[in-house]
Amino acid sequence: MTTSSLRLRAGLVSIVLLAAFLGVWHLATRSTGTTATMSPEYAKLMGLTATQGKSAMPGPLDVGAKLWEHMKRPFYDNGPNDKGLGIQLGYSIARVGAGYLLAVLVAIPLGFLIGMSPLLSKALDPFIQVLKPISPLAWMPLALYTIKDSSVSAIFVIFICSIWPMLLNTVFGVASVRKEWINVARTLEVGTVRRAFTVILPAAAPTILTGMRISIGIAWLVIVAAEMLVGGTGIGYFVWNEWNNLSITNVIIAILLIGVVGMLLDQILARFTRMVTFPE
Amino acid sequence: MTDKFISIEGIAKRYPGAGGATTTIFENLWLSMARGEFCCVIGHSGCGKTTVLNILAGLDAPSEGAVIVDGQAISGTSLDRAVIFQSHALLPWRTVLGNVAYAVSSKWRRWDRAKVRAHAQTFIDLVGLTGSEHKRPSELSGGMKQRVGIARALSITPKMMLMDEPFSALDALTRGTLQDEVRRICLETGQTAFMITHDVDEAIYLADKIFLMTNGPGAVLAEVVENPLPRDRGRTDLHRHPLYYALRNHIIDFLVTRSKTFAAETPDHDPRNVPMVQIGKPGLTIASNGEEQRQTWTSGTSPGLTA
Repeated sequence: MTTSSLRLRAGLVSIVLLAAFLGVWHLATRSTGTTATMSPEYAKLMGLTATQGKSAMPGPLDVGAKLWEHMKRPFYDNGPNDKGLGIQLGYSIARVGAGYLLAVLVAIPLGFLIGMSPLLSKALDPFIQVLKPISPLAWMPLALYTIKDSSVSAIFVIFICSIWPMLLNTVFGVASVRKEWINVARTLEVGTVRRAFTVILPAAAPTILTGMRISIGIAWLVIVAAEMLVGGTGIGYFVWNEWNNLSITNVIIAILLIGVVGMLLDQILARFTRMVTFPE
Repeated sequence: MTDKFISIEGIAKRYPGAGGATTTIFENLWLSMARGEFCCVIGHSGCGKTTVLNILAGLDAPSEGAVIVDGQAISGTSLDRAVIFQSHALLPWRTVLGNVAYAVSSKWRRWDRAKVRAHAQTFIDLVGLTGSEHKRPSELSGGMKQRVGIARALSITPKMMLMDEPFSALDALTRGTLQDEVRRICLETGQTAFMITHDVDEAIYLADKIFLMTNGPGAVLAEVVENPLPRDRGRTDLHRHPLYYALRNHIIDFLVTRSKTFAAETPDHDPRNVPMVQIGKPGLTIASNGEEQRQTWTSGTSPGLTA
């Protein structure tokens, strides 16, 4: 009962905060009435900013109306510079998905090897320490030069940025499996491969999934910047294109959608993490 | 000792210390156990008891010497030697049945699921956990967890059981019940058992032979005490046996004083022929191992033994 009432109260506070934010936003950007008298033709030319004191920043109502428009036609395609938001988000999610999946395929087996072998762990440590702090976008010129395809380069950038948290967490998870569980497997004469799958993998899974969750977050952060650079398609390109169009409304809508999609991706991984977590 | 089922022959364990020096936990340790015997090791922390057990289990290798089980020197772990861990060491993502079945399917890899489950179930029933098969370890009490550990160890029908203070984390009541069960199971199945304990009463109740170890580093096996209490002893009337207190006092005297002073007082201690102490039988010599083991009777350290 207490938890449900707490949730109810928290929800209420959230709604009040949202309403207050929207209210302040609306007041700050609303029209302040006619500022100057001018001929109708000139007024038309100058726009609402000059005639009614309207802020150049769109208000919540403008954004809401535009968002509704987008929601009604998410998948239209009027050529390279005018595609529906659904299509743009789809491109971004597909790139993140491809790069991330490649990173999973490399990071988890490699992390297993490094975690199980103290030799490899020590030998590869300097490389990982140097490569890890490199901004993923710094790889972009190198990727463009070698791969010669902007879209694949973006996928490579996602791959390189999401590999590190997964790799390090897998190494840590595998290396810190409780000694007693390993000893159980040893006394039962369980072979290396079976031990890896029946003891080490389940024991390290929560740590590995935590790394995967950090990675998907970083990948989604990086894709926006990467698409601004490579251009063509994707939500990052959309943001930059709309900035060039001076459509702040669309930029705000894109920001909102980037946040929502990022949250959904995180929630999916959080659910997987809960599935493999075991109580002790 | 005619039937040396397990024979530890001159093992030592050394660790590299600071500055190239080596720390010797124990060296030149000899002991043997007969088939079906229940042996307890008592000694203070740091004397290497757990290391001896790990070497017996094959989890650790001795720096010198060898361990011979059933006529063969051991190398590594074996399904013949089951270990019951102090911390129960259950896999928390598996159910009770899953934990036991994991051991069963490790021993008999060709068995199908139904056969593995049926076999595991027998041992879950044996330790009195019927009805809790599908619970996870986190849902069990400490005593129940250790029961699963026992069921898992027994399910692979080992030749011997190795127990590292299996009941030390349990409350007194649960410990008593589990001791009864372990004793019953070991007597019924003729299991050879090697157990580390800090609890003198536990050793007296369970063991046929009690190994006393001096303090480490440089620990030695000081003496082997034969348990004079009858094999059909019960928990409730154990302390009424005329030799009970003599035995208990002997062990406690050892732990309190002699474990520290033993090395200095007994310069001619021969680790290959560790004295066999038989409480209450001062004059008796044992024909079978008279050659190997020196008969000692130290009345000064065990006062009041005139039974």
